[in-house]
Amino acid sequence: MIPELGHFALVLACVLAGLQAFLPGWGTQRGNPTWMRSASSLALGQGLLVLLAYLALTWAFIEHDFSVRYVANNSNTELPLAYRISGVWGGHEGSLLLWSLVLSGWTVAVVALSRRLPMLFRARVLAVLGFVSLGFLAFMLATSNPFDRLIPAAMQGRDLNPLLQDPGLVIHPPMLYMGYVGFAVAFAFAIAALWGGQLHAAWARWTRPWVTAAWMFLTLGIGLGSWWAYHELGWGGWWFWDPVENASFMPWLVGTALIHSLAVTEKRNTFKRWTVLLALLAFSLSLLGTFLVRSGVLVSVHAFANDPARGVYILGFLALVVGGGLILYAMRAHRIESSGHFELLSRETLLLFNNVFLLIATFAILLGTLYPLIVDVLGLPSMSVGPPYFNLVFLPLMLPLLFLAAVGPVSRWKKTRARELLRRLQVPLVLALAIGTAVPWAAFGSTSALVLAGTMLGVWCISGPLVALWRQFSRMRRGTSAGYSLRHLPRHMVGMTCAHAGLGVIALGIAFTTAFSMERELVMNEGDSVAFAEHEFVFRGVQEVDGPNYRAQQGHLSVYRDGEPIVDLRPEKRTYLVQSSPMTEAAIYSTVWRDVYAALGVAQPGGGWGVRLYVKPFIQWLWGGALLMAFGGLLALSDRRYRYRRKRRRT
Amino acid sequence: MKRATAWGFCLLFAGSACLAVDEAADERYRNLLYELRCLVCQNQSLADSDAELAGDLRRRVQDLIDQGMSDKEIIAHLQARYGDFILYRPPLAWRTAALWASPFVLLALTAWLLLRRIRRGHARASGSLSDVERERLKDVLKRGSD
Repeated sequence: MIPELGHFALVLACVLAGLQAFLPGWGTQRGNPTWMRSASSLALGQGLLVLLAYLALTWAFIEHDFSVRYVANNSNTELPLAYRISGVWGGHEGSLLLWSLVLSGWTVAVVALSRRLPMLFRARVLAVLGFVSLGFLAFMLATSNPFDRLIPAAMQGRDLNPLLQDPGLVIHPPMLYMGYVGFAVAFAFAIAALWGGQLHAAWARWTRPWVTAAWMFLTLGIGLGSWWAYHELGWGGWWFWDPVENASFMPWLVGTALIHSLAVTEKRNTFKRWTVLLALLAFSLSLLGTFLVRSGVLVSVHAFANDPARGVYILGFLALVVGGGLILYAMRAHRIESSGHFELLSRETLLLFNNVFLLIATFAILLGTLYPLIVDVLGLPSMSVGPPYFNLVFLPLMLPLLFLAAVGPVSRWKKTRARELLRRLQVPLVLALAIGTAVPWAAFGSTSALVLAGTMLGVWCISGPLVALWRQFSRMRRGTSAGYSLRHLPRHMVGMTCAHAGLGVIALGIAFTTAFSMERELVMNEGDSVAFAEHEFVFRGVQEVDGPNYRAQQGHLSVYRDGEPIVDLRPEKRTYLVQSSPMTEAAIYSTVWRDVYAALGVAQPGGGWGVRLYVKPFIQWLWGGALLMAFGGLLALSDRRYRYRRKRRRT
Repeated sequence: MKRATAWGFCLLFAGSACLAVDEAADERYRNLLYELRCLVCQNQSLADSDAELAGDLRRRVQDLIDQGMSDKEIIAHLQARYGDFILYRPPLAWRTAALWASPFVLLALTAWLLLRRIRRGHARASGSLSDVERERLKDVLKRGSD
């Protein structure tokens, strides 16, 4: 019964989405304020219904209703409660439902927070969001209904994919989707502006917090995904340039570019057309990512051809949304005029080049991801594009970007002088040179071009924006106390400093962990020991351990550093009872300076166990940096400009 | 005694030389594995795969290193046998020209176009007023005369 209610709620939501897509938009064409105003109530109703459908599916998971096909395929009576709740988005149908739920959430947020926007504009924004929602709900109902019944019901479920039974995966998809789908709001704002044919200065101020919020979630989502891969795949890697990763990374890069170009549009009233185009692009890439991941086209072009309904639908929807957006852009963009001139050396130019590097990097990743598919479609012998390509192309584009990340914040709008930049960047320059050359030698006894570049640019990227913040602080302190100035530093500026510093921290982490990680793959018998990278590992043997829905062989390694015991690692080789696929559960001892990582391989025929051991310096800095970046986004969101507006409304 | 010491030193030297060779070969082996794709997995390098075939291919790479082949020869050997699909680094050829060159060509082109435009815009701006500015000036003058 409850699954039927969920299904019914989904159908109703789809109808409301259709109304939301057409009524308000029609109202703006006809000048009918009642129709325009209907957008908010339609959006709220739709949000409520999608939430109901979502709760119904969650209930089916919790209650083990194996007469629902999706639940039977993705759950099991032995599955712990937390994974039954997160299992809702463990498969194709459920992730689409999560997608729709998140979109409804964003739409309701727009309804709640945009009361001050002009009615015409607001109606158009909500109409566009309704249209996107309609696309996904109709897709779900037509090709991937999560409430499809299985008759007769299964006695037992097939269990959730063991790879997904990890705390990292409980929160990774919701965060990622919050980011992906959040760009739909920026997309809707851009379309609404093009629709009206005008883009006034306030547009950028309205759009900015939405983009920042979406970007923040996407940053967290990608960081969590990488952390999960590091923990769960058992090979010590943290980024594989897998098409699925690329699909989430491309919107992030474009979203980052969008944040920067929005700053120019708001402050200087220029780059307007470019900003609108980026807003269209960011969401288009989110949709493309959804298409790539969900259509099966990545596994093989032929898999796509075997079950084309889903892929063709998303491709059609993608073409409609992206194509429609671009056509509208081509028709209306000339009406949008930018003013504000700037010289060759100015913050505008620096930000423009930030955008160029980010966009070319996105292009390279897109090309590398799609190239094998294109080659396949053309009937040429299949080929692979893997990490060596991406590293070789991506890295040279990121180095200048890191360089700019310190120059931009200390530069001036309109016109800045080279000598002034140089004077402001003296300290970062000295720090970067000193730390970049000395620290790797002191800590690891060797260095390389990559380490040199990574360390110097990392330090540069952290210290440059701090100089800008310090200058602001000194300016403010002239009138007031230091404590007051510190508390009242403009949040958007502190946020920017945090985000850039996060980038620097990531650069340091990547440089050190890539250059100085050590690994050993060997066969160990009970009592064997091996020493490398200043650590000694003693193998104490393997024992059987039972989990709630798996059986595991648990290795036991004692780790010593300088003769002192530091930790006992217990990596596991798990066999999940239902899907009976072996899973590696690495054991990791993390500190700020290094991770000690152990993964259990297979039992050897001649006795002993295969063991993989890694010592990875600075690897936690990667995720620390990502957190710092997201925190920067949060700070920017708490800026006074946005808080004031709320206060003013209350009074 | 002296002779024994000398022998000892010789052994030590030989031993460390062996060790150095081993370590270099080990590193080559590991680096090669990251360049090669497991043919049966979805998207994993030979270094990251638990598949049986990946294990066989790992042993094959080790054998080829032991036979004294260079990295280039090993890659050419595997490419001849399994096709481009096994190479994570696409070979430089006509069919991959667009892949390797276009990001950098695009970068150069964009940078050139943008710099030219900014220079021109700047020259125009310092010479005369834009339409918007002229409008604004008119407004200000009118307000001043009211």
